[in-house]
Amino acid sequence: MTPRQRRIALVVGILGGVSLAALLATRAFQDNVMFFFDPSQVAAGAAPLDKRFRLGGMVRPGTVARTAGSLDMQFVVTDFQRDVPVRYSGVVPDLFRENQGVVAHGKLGRDGIFVADEILAKHDENYMPPEVARAIKEKHGGVMPVNPDIRSGPRT
Amino acid sequence: MDWTWFHRLASPPHIYRVAGTLTPWFAWPAGLLIVSALYAGLFLAPPDYQQGEGFRMIYVHAPSAWLSVMIYGVMATAAAVGLIWRMKVAHAAAASCAAIGASFTFVSLVTGMLWGKPMWGTYWVWDPRLTAQLVLLFLYLGYMALRSGIDDLGRADRASAVLAIIGVVNLPIIRYSVEWWNSIHQAPSVMKMERPSMPFDMLAPLLMMLLGFTLMFAAVMLVRVRAEVLRRERGASWVKEVVS
Repeated sequence: MTPRQRRIALVVGILGGVSLAALLATRAFQDNVMFFFDPSQVAAGAAPLDKRFRLGGMVRPGTVARTAGSLDMQFVVTDFQRDVPVRYSGVVPDLFRENQGVVAHGKLGRDGIFVADEILAKHDENYMPPEVARAIKEKHGGVMPVNPDIRSGPRT
Repeated sequence: MDWTWFHRLASPPHIYRVAGTLTPWFAWPAGLLIVSALYAGLFLAPPDYQQGEGFRMIYVHAPSAWLSVMIYGVMATAAAVGLIWRMKVAHAAAASCAAIGASFTFVSLVTGMLWGKPMWGTYWVWDPRLTAQLVLLFLYLGYMALRSGIDDLGRADRASAVLAIIGVVNLPIIRYSVEWWNSIHQAPSVMKMERPSMPFDMLAPLLMMLLGFTLMFAAVMLVRVRAEVLRRERGASWVKEVVS
């Protein structure tokens, strides 16, 4: 091997070794790297029941119920396979709405209700002007579909 | 294949001259593109149906984040070329990238936090995407600290090149963190194989800004490479001719 080939081998070796190390590390820490669990994972028992964890999913339309005169609210988080009811008391972010992503931090009670003390909204990757959104909503009977096709709206 | 052009790149006076000639050809289009992209993004593009006017943060945030990753790739490639071919100019190029990349990383983190508070409800969470981007900032800072910590230029070049190459592993983690793990950060809207999840009048300023930032990086990089080459060659006779 010429010195140059040896240096190429060194660079490839570093890249390979570090990639392998990163792969093993991220696999070992899979649960810790996971920012939230979805309702199916909770149903399968993947989420810790004795500890606080984050529950993520969509807010099922028609399930948001607020108690008048207080900040208490209840809604259902769904991944369209399993549902988890959530109870929360406090102010929710602006983007919190039905059929939008949400991440709740709290504990799962014995009664199966997730009691959250923090609610974060998760935005999806779709961007569109309000008039396009209105047109798509009308087409789908007044509800924004989960993965709206921006091309199905009017051209702006 | 004729490799003369490649070998000439290794000559410091040649690089100094070429970089000086090229700089305005990148700087002027960069300035024009960034100013018009800012105007188009802030005034012409329609507001988003959910985020309202706040979505306009994307026009600075996303291009900065793309550049922060791309510049690291350029830096690590230059460092590897310097290591393999013992090319001092390549090491100088890698060294010139670090501060620019760190700045774009910082801008992406700050704009993301300012957007995150009203949209997500928090400035910061220890999410895979956010954490990996913070690690990128530390990689840039570590690279700069390592360089300035070693007095011998040759050793500083080699040691920092190894660090730069090690850090490459973070780039796919940043890109795919939102797909491999559940993340609060949204999936890519533009940098994916399918069509962008954004209508054209929102997308156009974004792509203009990306091109503008890329050209700006090239222009700043050329200026910094010239300075770095001058600093390294300060004893050489051609530098005395250039400076006097």
